Amino acid sequence: MDIHEYQAKELLAGFGVAVPKGGVVYTPDQAVYRAEEIGGAQWVVKAQIHSGARGKAGGIKLCKTPEEVRAAATELLGKKLVTHQTGPAGKIVHRLYVEAAVPIKRELYIGLVLDRRSERVCVVAAPEGGMEIEEIAARSPETILREVIEPAVGMQPFQARELSFGLGLTSAEMNQAVKAILGAYRAFRDLDATMVEINPLAITQSGQVLALDAKMQFDDNALFRRAAVAELRDYAEEDPRDAEAAKHGLNYIALEGSIGCIVNGAGLAMATMDMITHAGGQPANFLDIGGGASPERVAAAFRLVLSDPRVRCVLVNIFAGINRCDWVAQGIIQAAKDVNVPVPIVARLAGTNVEQGRAILRESGLSIITADTLADAAEKAVAALSNTPITRTTVREKVS
Amino acid sequence: MSILVDEKTRIVFQGLTGDKASFHAKEAIEYGTNIVAGVTPGKGGSRHLNLPVFDTVKEAVKATGATASGIFVPAPFCADAIMEAADAGLQLIVCITDGIPAQDMMRVKRYMRRYPRDTKPTLIGPNCAGVISPGKAMIGIMPGSIYRQGRVGIVSRSGTLGYEAASQMQALGIGVSTSVGIGGDPINGSSFVDMLQRFERDDDTDAVMMIGEIGGPQEAEASLWARDNMSKPIVGYVAGLSAPRGRRMGHAGAIISAFGDSALEKAEIMRNSGLTVAASPAELGRAMQQALSKPARRPVLA
Repeated sequence: MDIHEYQAKELLAGFGVAVPKGGVVYTPDQAVYRAEEIGGAQWVVKAQIHSGARGKAGGIKLCKTPEEVRAAATELLGKKLVTHQTGPAGKIVHRLYVEAAVPIKRELYIGLVLDRRSERVCVVAAPEGGMEIEEIAARSPETILREVIEPAVGMQPFQARELSFGLGLTSAEMNQAVKAILGAYRAFRDLDATMVEINPLAITQSGQVLALDAKMQFDDNALFRRAAVAELRDYAEEDPRDAEAAKHGLNYIALEGSIGCIVNGAGLAMATMDMITHAGGQPANFLDIGGGASPERVAAAFRLVLSDPRVRCVLVNIFAGINRCDWVAQGIIQAAKDVNVPVPIVARLAGTNVEQGRAILRESGLSIITADTLADAAEKAVAALSNTPITRTTVREKVS
Repeated sequence: MSILVDEKTRIVFQGLTGDKASFHAKEAIEYGTNIVAGVTPGKGGSRHLNLPVFDTVKEAVKATGATASGIFVPAPFCADAIMEAADAGLQLIVCITDGIPAQDMMRVKRYMRRYPRDTKPTLIGPNCAGVISPGKAMIGIMPGSIYRQGRVGIVSRSGTLGYEAASQMQALGIGVSTSVGIGGDPINGSSFVDMLQRFERDDDTDAVMMIGEIGGPQEAEASLWARDNMSKPIVGYVAGLSAPRGRRMGHAGAIISAFGDSALEKAEIMRNSGLTVAASPAELGRAMQQALSKPARRPVLA
């Protein structure tokens, strides 16, 4: 789960990480009020969307007067920002963060990640902040410092000191940086984060060490014990189809192609996508229907897949382990009747009771194309595309 | 022989009295698996599926001589259950449950380091289909009927893709010595390397099917390890060639977020390390058939 910059800053501040004075606002009036309350001579108005690289997309404005703050807020609220992380669809700005602008001497990079190689938390630091870590890794990998944390005792002050001195900080700066790094580590550990990034961690001209930007990601599997974190979820930032999928226990990710996929198991779902590509088609989505492929769940999956107007064929691939194929087949028929599927369905069933399952599909009277193997299914789905119109809107109108 | 489990392995099910565990325990017992007890805290002294139920794993081990465990307890209690099994001296712990917090697994892996190499328990999973030695025993949720008994080892992150491989091989008359699902989580108990090592030492395994997916370094590490240490042929596949960057594909660990995480990069490392990479997920069985017809890359180490 992702959260906004202002939320991450608030959480980190609770663990002793120093941040500039600021506040979240939803209207231009609030923005001006907040700027005056913060005081000082300069402010930054920052669009709050779940994405990095907001500056390049025009989502961050430096303002020297309250009027400029108002103008910036008016411009940004409701604006669509497109970054390489949002994809071409972009994201609409609904909230802004108004913050005191401070003159900067140096920018550093601090990141904490779950390192899969060591199976531990790894703290990464680099002397050049403000750009993405991938960029630093490509440009000057030798400058990147790493500390792997022993989970039984947690991060020790000497590790934060080593990083700070490695970054070339003075001892006055070092004391503050150690506090920030240890605070970020405790936030990571105590809130079940999977990623904390302070980029940049800035050294101001007056010698303060401040987190100018902050990003946190959380472990979805641990939200059950982090109620305060779970509350920070902003549904407006998520694809509505993701929420719909989650409601039915489905795992759905929209892609760009035209063949909708309904599969059980994440690995088989990826393999089915691969197979479609191999056969010359393009998958429209990843969808893992999970263990129990009940008629309700299959119907929900069909609805979700068909909500994408690009879908011109649906491929169902179920390898029944716990399920029985006859039961899954009944689910498909039930779903096809309930949902009114306007495109060809290719169904491949395998595993327990496969013969009964195939017989049920054949005898259903529905025009379901059955396939025996993964390859067969992908080829038939690609072939079915040539028999369906390029846009489905007309088909839909006929149906309704 | 086979690896990890056979018909003699004495197994406890932690969380036996739950619905899912009961269902899979019944299936496993019918398959011939030697399940000797269940553990459910608070239900000690009762019987379930005609098996004794104990409050603690230690009591179960003391009374039955069990050496292995299948864990079906809910995710919030799994790390605790795994450590309890390890502390009771079980040598094989298979955790089926999905949804365990990553930091819990980090602590579990740290806890396991207290055991010397020769008594360290082998943890399989979490978030996996489990282990089956066809015709002998299973601890997991796989359908036993799709596995033919034979001499090819399977190690797969994904459960259903492992089934796909087993059934493609079954259709070609190729059998399986043991199939292991290592699970789809970012931090898991046993890696591909751990299982390749066992299959290499197993006299009844002639070749290995290794099925990975996007995310994490384990497929690449295993390929390099195999290049230097493995005499038996390996057929590999990495699922997710068409997966976009930065999106989690169902499994918590299936996400392209670093260099070398993509399916293309991993398949390339497999190929460069001398593994046979199946051209598509529909070619797993046939690729294995071809690999078996070739002579071994190197004489099998005694």
